[in-house]
Amino acid sequence: MILHDLISYEALRVIWWGLLGVLLIGFALTDGFDMGVGALLPFVGKTDTERRVVINTVGPVWEGNQVWFILGGGAIFAAWPPLYSVSFSGFYLAMFVVLACFIVRPVAFKYRSKRDEPLWRARWDWALFVSGAVPALLFGVAVGNVIQGVPFHFTDDLVAIYEGAWYAKFFGLLNPFALLAGVVSLSMLVMHGGAWLGVKAEGAVQARARAIGSVAALVAVLAYVLAGVWLAFGMEGYRIVGDYATNGPSNPLHFEVARSASWLSAYHDRPWIAIAPIMGIVGALLTFVGLRSGREVSTLLFSKMAIFGVISSVGLTMFPFIMPSSTDLRSSLTVWNSSSSHLTLFIMLFATVIFLPMILLYTSWVYKVLWGKVTEADVRDNGHSLY
Amino acid sequence: MEFGIVELSRLQFAVTAMYHFLFVPLTLGLSILVAIMETVYVTTNRPIWRQMTKFWGTLFGINFAIGVATGLTMEFQFGMNWSYYSQYVGDIFGAPLAIEGLMAFFLEATFVGLFFFGWDKLSKVAHLCVAWLVAIGSNFSALWILIANGWMQNPVGAQFNPLTMRMEMTDFFAVLFNEVAQAKFVHTVSAGYVTASVFVIGVSAWFLLRGRHVELARRSITVGAAFGVAAAFSVVLLGDESGYNTSHSQKMKLAAIESMWDTHPAPAPFNLIGFPDQKARETHYAIKIPWVMGLIGTRSLDTQIPGINELVDKAQERIRSGQIAYKAMLEIRAKDGNVDPATETLFKDHSADLGFALLLKKYVDNPLDATDAQIKAAANDTVPQVWPLFWSFRIMVALGIGFIGTMIYFFYRASFRGMKFPRPALHLAVWMIPAPWIAAEMGWFVSEFGRQPWTVDGVLPTALSVSRLSITDVSLTLAGFVLFYTVLFIIEMSLMLKYIRKGPFQDVEETEAWTNRHTARLSGQPDGAAIAMPGE
Ligand code: HDD
Ligand code: HEM
Ligand code: HEM
Repeated sequence: MILHDLISYEALRVIWWGLLGVLLIGFALTDGFDMGVGALLPFVGKTDTERRVVINTVGPVWEGNQVWFILGGGAIFAAWPPLYSVSFSGFYLAMFVVLACFIVRPVAFKYRSKRDEPLWRARWDWALFVSGAVPALLFGVAVGNVIQGVPFHFTDDLVAIYEGAWYAKFFGLLNPFALLAGVVSLSMLVMHGGAWLGVKAEGAVQARARAIGSVAALVAVLAYVLAGVWLAFGMEGYRIVGDYATNGPSNPLHFEVARSASWLSAYHDRPWIAIAPIMGIVGALLTFVGLRSGREVSTLLFSKMAIFGVISSVGLTMFPFIMPSSTDLRSSLTVWNSSSSHLTLFIMLFATVIFLPMILLYTSWVYKVLWGKVTEADVRDNGHSLY
Repeated sequence: MEFGIVELSRLQFAVTAMYHFLFVPLTLGLSILVAIMETVYVTTNRPIWRQMTKFWGTLFGINFAIGVATGLTMEFQFGMNWSYYSQYVGDIFGAPLAIEGLMAFFLEATFVGLFFFGWDKLSKVAHLCVAWLVAIGSNFSALWILIANGWMQNPVGAQFNPLTMRMEMTDFFAVLFNEVAQAKFVHTVSAGYVTASVFVIGVSAWFLLRGRHVELARRSITVGAAFGVAAAFSVVLLGDESGYNTSHSQKMKLAAIESMWDTHPAPAPFNLIGFPDQKARETHYAIKIPWVMGLIGTRSLDTQIPGINELVDKAQERIRSGQIAYKAMLEIRAKDGNVDPATETLFKDHSADLGFALLLKKYVDNPLDATDAQIKAAANDTVPQVWPLFWSFRIMVALGIGFIGTMIYFFYRASFRGMKFPRPALHLAVWMIPAPWIAAEMGWFVSEFGRQPWTVDGVLPTALSVSRLSITDVSLTLAGFVLFYTVLFIIEMSLMLKYIRKGPFQDVEETEAWTNRHTARLSGQPDGAAIAMPGE
């Protein structure tokens, strides 16, 4: 095929780096409020009817939202195979915990209202809480570890080996910086869930969601700024040294990597990226204000802006690194040495350009059809057709 | 088999995949049956068809939830447990998986919510479209995942790149139109349609046996049987197609399924039953039907099908040729690709056998150091265990032929005998419910176990594909999955049974009124037309 030469390998790599961000952000923006709502469930819904209101605000859409997670997995597999291979086998048990949550959640949504016994429902409520809060925390923890670098190396045959015994691998993830990053992501998604319930619920549920969501917004800002300070003074970043080709074969072992200066020196080299953290902080503060003052749709938009800013700030700060190795620097995965082949990236881009707009279109249509508040009267009158 | 990391990872994959496939076939078929029922409702406006749509739709929803939950595990397991595999073939294998997400999962998952929540929010036609989009989405997802799986069975359109130490895509359309993938797709979705038909007929038969929901049950059987006849024929015909493909893409698998140790002069006979003996390399007490194997496998009377022994000899040759490729590859890598053309040609000529050299890694670190005995052992490793394949294949085929018979019978009674069914037939239908699941699981077993010792046939051995995890890691997750899945299975079964026992519970009055009027009209009662419908 000649067609794929239309776009250079280097450009395709950057595009796919961007699309990776789009997918992660898409996931956080959509499935994020599902997780936030799950984490809020026991605190904002006191009676069964209130809890059903909370659940039904996401009832018809969580399933589609979750596909962002699946697509994230699939797209990393297709566009960044070494990343898929190293991160999922390296974070093995943490991945299992996340998967367990994602297995329980669909079932909890679907089955909770299929029986009336309070005990049955209470158990599923608990399941919804855990399966919302735990992944929200662990995604941040994973990012926190990636920023610090992860202990893995490749053999000459490119077999990925993640160092440490199984318990060290698992508990090693829960280090202070990573936990701080976990707090950022958990509080951010709780804020987002609060903003969502602000739009979709009313009365007591809405009021409680706003109160908790606004606290979460403040926590998110504080933790995020603290993490920034940590990066500035407490941790060395990574950089590629010497000559390297940005369109060479995807073999991680081909580069020379060193640790020096801070990750934040990226803001010196590329000052424009400061827009991302600014969007994150300002967005979260505006969400705080919006939740306090009772604005609805605009608050949800600010919350989205905050998430967009926070997630893209991580990617932009680390560029071109995707997953640095702390124990064998040259095994680090970067945009230039861990992508798929030129042809595969091109074909995948082609598929994305066709299908992503379609997805956005019909997803928006579905949200439009479902527009409007979920009320206590709704869930009481529709015992069967709603959750 | 001693349980090392490879065996544990295989076991975990097998458990989670086979569990996922308990729910998949019903989703594939029932989504279409439900959409058909709703189509009848929208075109005829008869409330009973809406009730049917909602009743089977509820069962569909219960099944779908676990289908989604267990599919998620699958998507991430390649990276978690098969990291070298993911690194080695991700360039090709990842693409269909990602396209599946873009094209199929988003479609089915976005609209399935609207299917259940949209009854009052959408017009009739819009809701019908939603139902069809869910069905189309599910079936597209089968297409893409089977393109991925078909590539593992018949890796076309790809080439090894020594500089990146992995397979890379050379021809996307070859991957897409891989004949193995296409045959697999049609065979597997047909299997799903058979499953849903048998399920719908079985549950309806149970209603009829108790004299409950008679109108709903009869109509459901009619739809199920009509759909089922077509599906049962297509599953058998396309199964034959799969067998034919296997005869050129995976000769060893075919020989093992047939337990055919020695090459037989064409046309080879078919072992109807027998007792394969792996050690002695012969089949005891075989009952043979002359010619049939030759006909199925080659569609001719004069093409030979190679037996296992001959294929092992061939494997030895390929291992030696693979060693040449391996040596050339090391040189290319050491010099970063700047080698003389002779080495390059040498590598090109032998690179198709590189995977066979990798089989030696089980015995020596450097395949070039292998002794003759090790080469022989590695060649013997290419024979999968025969008896499980032999028997599971025969169970699948027997059930497949059985489905054709039953479906034709029910179709006949439904169409020409006024939807009246004798009780023994109804009992049979209830007992038959598990059969399609057994056939489908056997089918996957044949296809996947028969591929051993390869994950990607002839390219990458299973033993190399695993992640370098500890036994504890995988034991923990395996135990976790088994525990989770068992609990989920119990909950799902109890809900299924609960909602089947409960029967249709939506739109009850309207449907009853309509049915009364309908029967009255049919039996020519003069006041039939006088029974009013609510809302008229
Ligand atoms: C022949 C069909 C078929 C096969 C072989 C597989 N699946 Fe599957 N999968 C489906 C057919 C399907 C489906 C019919 O589309 C499902 C099943 C039930 C459901 O709800 O959707 C589904 C669901 C499903 C989901 C959830 C999708 C969603 O949220 O809508 C994922 C992520 C996967 N699958 C992934 C896989 C992977 C990685 C497989 C390979 C090992 C696999 N499936 C085998
Ligand atoms: C859902 C239906 C499927 C079932 C029931 C199934 C069943 C199995 C079984 C029984 C094994 C273990 C074989 C052994 O180790 O002896 C296996 C392994 C495997 N299968 Fe499948 N499979 C299914 C679909 C797929 C698909 C669609 C793919 C790829 C797209 C796939 C990829 C693999 C891989 C990578 C392994 C592990 C390596 C190996 O053991 O060869 N499977 N599967
Ligand atoms: C006479 C009937 C049948 C024949 C000749 C047949 C043949 C085959 C063959 C040769 C394979 C292996 C393909 C491979 O290894 O690549 C296979 C796989 C399979 N079969 Fe069948 N089959 C029949 C009936 C059935 C029935 C009734 C079902 C289920 C209801 C079924 C479900 C499957 C499934 C799910 C697979 C695995 C996917 C695939 O490889 O296509 N088969 N079949």
